[in-house]
Parts: sequence; structure tokens; C-alpha cells
Amino acid sequence: MKRLLILALAALLLRPALAAERIDPARADPAQVNPAADVAAMTAYFQKKFPHVPPADFVNGPYAMDAGMRAQWQQIMQFPPYQFALDHGKDLFATAFPNGRHYADCLPRGGIGIAAAYPRFDAKTGRVVTLEIAVNRCRVANGLAKLKLTTGDMADLMAYLTDRSRGQPIAVVVPDDPRALAAYQRGKAYFYSRRGQLNFSCASCHVQGAGQHLRGDVLAPARGLIAAFPIYRSDWGSMGTVVRRFIGCNEQVRVVPERPDSADYRDLEYFLAYMNNGLPVAGPGTRP
Amino acid sequence: MTETASDNLADFLPRRRQMLAGTLAGSLAALFGAGPAQADDVVLADPKAYPTAAFAQKTEADALKAMFGRTATVSPKISLDAPDIAENGAVVPIAVKTDLPDVTAIAILALDNPFTISAAYRIPPGTAAAVSSRIKLAKTTTVLAVVEAGGQLYSASRSVKVTLGGCGG
Amino acid sequence: MANTILVRANADGETTVVQALIRHPMDSGFIKDKDGKLIPPHYIEVLEFAHNGTVVLTAFWGPAVSKDPFIKFSFKGGKKGDTLSISWVDNEGMKDSRTAAIM
Ligand code: HEC
Repeated sequence: MKRLLILALAALLLRPALAAERIDPARADPAQVNPAADVAAMTAYFQKKFPHVPPADFVNGPYAMDAGMRAQWQQIMQFPPYQFALDHGKDLFATAFPNGRHYADCLPRGGIGIAAAYPRFDAKTGRVVTLEIAVNRCRVANGLAKLKLTTGDMADLMAYLTDRSRGQPIAVVVPDDPRALAAYQRGKAYFYSRRGQLNFSCASCHVQGAGQHLRGDVLAPARGLIAAFPIYRSDWGSMGTVVRRFIGCNEQVRVVPERPDSADYRDLEYFLAYMNNGLPVAGPGTRP
Repeated sequence: MTETASDNLADFLPRRRQMLAGTLAGSLAALFGAGPAQADDVVLADPKAYPTAAFAQKTEADALKAMFGRTATVSPKISLDAPDIAENGAVVPIAVKTDLPDVTAIAILALDNPFTISAAYRIPPGTAAAVSSRIKLAKTTTVLAVVEAGGQLYSASRSVKVTLGGCGG
Repeated sequence: MANTILVRANADGETTVVQALIRHPMDSGFIKDKDGKLIPPHYIEVLEFAHNGTVVLTAFWGPAVSKDPFIKFSFKGGKKGDTLSISWVDNEGMKDSRTAAIM
């Protein structure tokens, strides 16, 4: 199985990467930070690469690329397996903390309809705050332990909060603050940097390789890449957050993953969420 | 019909139905222990009814014999909806429906799974002969839909390619 | 145990379409855990649906039914407000049941 993966990866690497890399959207001069230009270039790049995919359909990742997979997904979405997580997340959200307060008391707008604006840049700490981290901050502020950022209750809470934002246009903001711009730029650099013994970047697979088959998978394009999270993934047999997927993608190219709450992953998520701007929130989702 | 196969779906199901009907107003709660169940409107599944032997078979012939006591003939009147390529062998949507009259049971078989029968459904009168569910496929395999109708057994098949296996369903 | 059964049952006057999702690991017995030990098979064997007390579907499942299994079927009759009961029992004797109103 491992050897097969390497072979598949090698084939992927040797294919049309070169031509694509030359017109790679966000590869512009790293000294110039221009998120709005990046997302415009990214959008145009994929529209050109996949002219038959309706713009908003990029949120559906592999299902926007492959008709056979899409048909199975539509079957599964008749009664999506994340429904248990969604119900549980709703209960968790409504349950009072021991001190009588609720999640709704410490999230903007009571937590409802806010997922499209996350991650946010927190001017006070100078750091990127994902919705998961905002939820954990709320817990800590109320004397509770943090939740694991990848699965379980956190993923269930994300399912509920995301569902309450479903369809809203993603509108992540990079304010005109050098620290925010730097965080965005670090996230972008992470996405395009090759790493590990196989020398892959995220972009190798999700920009240059987008739409190609890798073993049983079809590689999702960077535009819309995290719009359907959290997801119930058949391969996991459970729910997972964006960070859980980041860890998996690092591991599959033999890169030691970052810590779930690391600045690396926060910045990466910031960049990717920004690359989703204008697309509708499509989570929670299901994936193979 | 075999007399010996007590796990024979066709054989025991009518009995089972009578039994359930008989016990409905009776002491199902006793059978299943105390629980939140309201004995009046909850029909509890009876574990004794499970066709254990049929589910342990590893070939189509053995599985059909154990489950139905007969072999199946191919019928164009069965529609078996399954993907050509499974996106993940762990979750493969399968839908079976048929126009055949007097359907009493529908079964799904995956010939290259460790155990041949994946699922079997008892279809009482009034229930449409159409069931959708999701199964695991260990590898590329022929999937067979088997329909018991009017005391006869019919089948339809499709090949499903699996690249990400369902880990031995 | 938290509720393991989600049902949607919709009547259109002539038929009732039932969809259900059950929360269950449906362990096949062929998967190893992190320590390389086989996880023993653990799966729902019998799932039954009844409408106002009459059985409308009995499912017999083996370990090859997917985790968190789904099922869809329909039956003649049934009207809004009628009771649909669902129950399952697995190979370890665990069980759950629930009633739902047809919508
Ligand atoms: C070897 C190729 C490869 C590399 C490198 C890779 N991924 Fe992936 N990624 C995949 C595959 C395969 C999937 C599953 C199929 C799909 O959805 O694209 C996936 C899925 C994803 C998804 C979920 C997309 C969806 O629609 O469900 C995200 C998010 C993601 N990857 C992020 C990353 C990030 C961030 C990196 C870099 C740290 C990365 N990937 C590197 C192969 C790769």
C-alpha cells in the first residue's frame, strides 16, 4: 500500500505540474502582500482549468470534479452521516456551563451565523483565531478545560455552528495591519512550500494536481478547499475539523504534522479560508 | 425448500411474524429486559430470528441455500443501482428495486467480501419492493441483488470497482 | 446511551417513505486497532420498523453493512401523526428502540 502511494505520488509529480506552476496564481512576489489579488488570481486559475465547474461548486471539492463520485455523494446526502454530530453539537451549544453561562455569551452574535467570518485576526493578541480556538477561549474563560481541536465534541460544535451559517458567503477579513498581513503571508508560504522526504507542497496536490486521481481519491482544488468543513469522512468513520485534515495531509506525504493549535496551522487556515472568499459556507460536509 | 435450515429466511419469516404478532401485547419487555420501551407500540427485534448460518457463508451458492433454500435465476425485472467505482469501499450506496409481483424478501450479496451476504430484508405485503442502504466492499467485486418473489428466487448483478477498500466488510 | 436512531418518515397520502440513520460502529471483525489487535465484530443483526404496531420492514444485517448505517424504504398507507417504531439489536445483545411520528 505504501509503495503504491509513492508510485502514485511520483506519477502525479511528473505529470503536468510544470506548465501549471508557471501560471500558478498565488506565486507572485512574496514581498508584495495582496490577499484580494491572490483570491482573484486563484479563482480565475481554477475557472480556466475547470471551465465546466460552476463557480460556487468548488465548495464541493472532489464532487465538483468527478460525476461518479458526485452521484454517490448525492445518495449519501439524502441522510448525511454527520446528522448525529449536528444534533449533538446543537445540544452542546445549548447546554449551560456550570457557572450558568453559555457559548452564546462569549461568541459574536451569540455564535449564530458567524462561521463565514472565521478565522479572524485578533488585534489584541496579534494572532489568528479559528472558530475552534474561539470556542476553546470561551471554555477557558468560563473555567472549563479546552476541547481537542480535531474531533469529538469540538467537531460536533463546529457542525452546528457551521450549519447555522450554511449558504452565507464566506467573508474572511485580512485587516490592514502588518501582523495580519504577515500571518496571511506565512499561511500562504506554508501552502506553497515543499517539505518532507517526498518534497511535496500542499499546492502540488491541490493546485497543480487538482482534479487528478490519486489512488481512489480525486484531488480537491485549493479554491473551496475548506468550505465544507467540518466533515464526516468515511475513511475516518467520524467527524473531523479542518485541522484534522491538515494533519492527515501532512502525514500522507511523510511530514511530521504541526500541533493542532500551532501558529502554522492557524495561519494556513487563515490563508485557505481567505481563498474561499465569496463562496457559500457548505459545511458540515461528507467526504470519502 | 430445505427442512433442515432453520436459518432459512423464507422458512422462518412467516413464523416469526406470527410470533411477533402474538407477543406484541405480551411480554416483549421481559424478553429484552426493562428499558424505556413502551410495550404497546414498540415492536422489538427478536434476536433469535437472525439467520446466523446464512451470514457465515462464503459463496453465492452456499449463502443462497442457507438463506432461501434455492438458487436464483437472472431477472431483467430487478434494478440494482450501485456505483461503477466506489468512492470508498467503506460506504457504497446500493439501491434495489423490482417490478416482480409478490416480493417477500430482498438480499444484497457481495461475492468477493469475506462473507457473501451483506444484508437481507423481509418485505411484508404493503411494503414496496425497494430498499436502499450502504454497504462495505473489501475489494472490486460483483454485487448481487437477490429477490424472493412468489416463492422463486431472482437476481441481478453489477460489478463495482473498489480502490479504497472497506477493510474487509 | 445517547439516542442511536434518527428517522424521517413522510406520508404523501398513499405511501410513507422512511429513511433512518442508526449510530453504530458496525465493526467488521477484520480491522485492527492501534496496537495491531483485531477489533471483534460488532454489528446490528436485526432492525425492525413497525407502523402502528404492524411490521413494515425487517432488516437482517451482517458485518458488511457500513458504519452508522442508513436505510430507506416505503410502505403503503400511513398518515401524518401515525406512529412508526424502530428497534435494533446487535450481536452483543445491545439494543435500542424509538418511536417517531410520521410527518
Ligand atoms: C500527496 C498529495 C497531497 C498533498 C501534498 C496534500 N494533500 Fe490535501 N488532500 C489530498 C487528498 C488525496 C485529499 C482527499 C481528496 C480531496 O478531497 O482532495 C486531500 C484533501 C484535503 C482537504 C479536504 C478537501 C475536501 O474537499 O474535503 C484539505 C482541506 C486539504 N487536503 C489540505 C491540504 C493541506 C493544507 C496540505 C498541505 C499541508 C495538503 N492538503 C497537502 C492529497 C494531498
